[in-house]
Amino acid sequence: MNFQNIFNQIEQVDPEFYARTDTRRESLKKFAGIGKKLALTAIPFALGSLFKKAYGTPPSSNVVLDVLNYALTLEYLEAEFYANSLTALPGMGAPTAAQNAIKVIADHEAAHVTLLKNVINSLGSTPVPKPTFDFTAGGAFNDVYTNYDLFLAVAQTFEDTGVRAYKGRAAEIVGGGDILEAALNIHSVEARHASHIRQMRRARSSDTSINIKPWITLNETAGIGSAVQASYNGEENVVQATVNIANLPNVSGTIGMTAASESFDEGLTKDQVLAIVAPFIVG
Amino acid sequence: MPKNPGKQNETFVPPNVSRRHFLAYAGVFGGLTTVALACSDDDNDNGSGGVSLGTGDVAILNYAYALEQLEAAFYTQVVASPFSGITDGELALLTDIRDHEIAHREFFKLALSSNAIPALSVNFSTIDFTKRDSVLATAKAFEDLGVSAYNGAGRYIQTADYLVIAGKIVSVEARHAAYVRDLISNGSFAGNDVVAMDTGLDLSRKPKEVLSIASAYINTKINAGGLPS
Repeated sequence: MNFQNIFNQIEQVDPEFYARTDTRRESLKKFAGIGKKLALTAIPFALGSLFKKAYGTPPSSNVVLDVLNYALTLEYLEAEFYANSLTALPGMGAPTAAQNAIKVIADHEAAHVTLLKNVINSLGSTPVPKPTFDFTAGGAFNDVYTNYDLFLAVAQTFEDTGVRAYKGRAAEIVGGGDILEAALNIHSVEARHASHIRQMRRARSSDTSINIKPWITLNETAGIGSAVQASYNGEENVVQATVNIANLPNVSGTIGMTAASESFDEGLTKDQVLAIVAPFIVG
Repeated sequence: MPKNPGKQNETFVPPNVSRRHFLAYAGVFGGLTTVALACSDDDNDNGSGGVSLGTGDVAILNYAYALEQLEAAFYTQVVASPFSGITDGELALLTDIRDHEIAHREFFKLALSSNAIPALSVNFSTIDFTKRDSVLATAKAFEDLGVSAYNGAGRYIQTADYLVIAGKIVSVEARHAAYVRDLISNGSFAGNDVVAMDTGLDLSRKPKEVLSIASAYINTKINAGGLPS
């Protein structure tokens, strides 16, 4: 509920900024001289070209900021989830290789937080504050930092949800130049994380009747169960731009439902993602 | 030069390929020596001649279609003649990847309809399909290339629906990339050769750079002059 408020407040963060930057000419004026700041923060793209190099109709500044703050909130969630785990992993029995992998992921998520905050600041706005998180989800996952399998299950769900969250808002920032590209560059990293976490879970499960693959099969949770079903609903879709992928020809026969669902990841709407993460947000 | 061109030619063609595809494939290997000699870095320059990708969003979609053709052809061969020592689990997941890439290829072919470029002839003469290292190194190169290609192309797409489709595909390519990388070296799923540690951002590559890299594996001359850049 408070979480929802944060998103509602984004639109009120800096109303003057929106008014100032509604036109392309004024936006470019606003972004002039931003190079110095970027050099200091080591952001590998120039915000000055946000609209200059964009194709099609560039997204409005308030849409861009809304998407960036939405992404930032999800990155806050992931970054803190992994940061908290680093000292707990040895006690959970995680092997060294696993600890190293989680450290890589934790570092990426922390870098995403820093990057998104820098971008929002550079646009003349103020990043949304970090919410207060409860990774037990109100007691549903009480042993998330003592039960290694549960930890990995929650990690998988966060990563897969993150991939779907970015995808779900891509259409809003079509033509968004460097910011769109940065969002895509984060999005594929989340997918790499998801793939690895899934492989870690596969390696720990002796039950071969459960599909735990690097990719998402139909709307399956990969054995986690109904608690996370909302993060996988809709992934069973096999129709892309009116083309039924399942019916397309394969080497022999057709692609079929399983491969068709796996070969395209699906987006989630903002409301769907907010409902999924709401149990982890306490203020 | 191919390690074993006769065998490759024999096993590469899937049983149900159309006549047109078969001729394209046969062309790859039948004329391999001369075509390979004729290859140069200029093949994918923006000049005239060659297979045109078209312009605007069509060019971007054809660009994606070209890359998916390359990946699908590669994994079709990988599964048709698995490398020595492959495990059942590896073969199952590499078969999944083959199916995903074929799904992507056939999707673009159908979606582009009359705007689609023809089937490309591919050149895998530098790949030793019998060797694990050769196959996985190529798979890693193709998957990371694909991820960086979609990431770099997104900014040029004008139609929101196409951007969403590209997004749906690129994350699957990233899942593949991470899996293949982990097969080569566990824990390298997002290594700092592809993901910058200071920003946590994956690589992007411009279409021209991608086509230049891919041209080592594609005989068909591609005219990318209509690609936005």
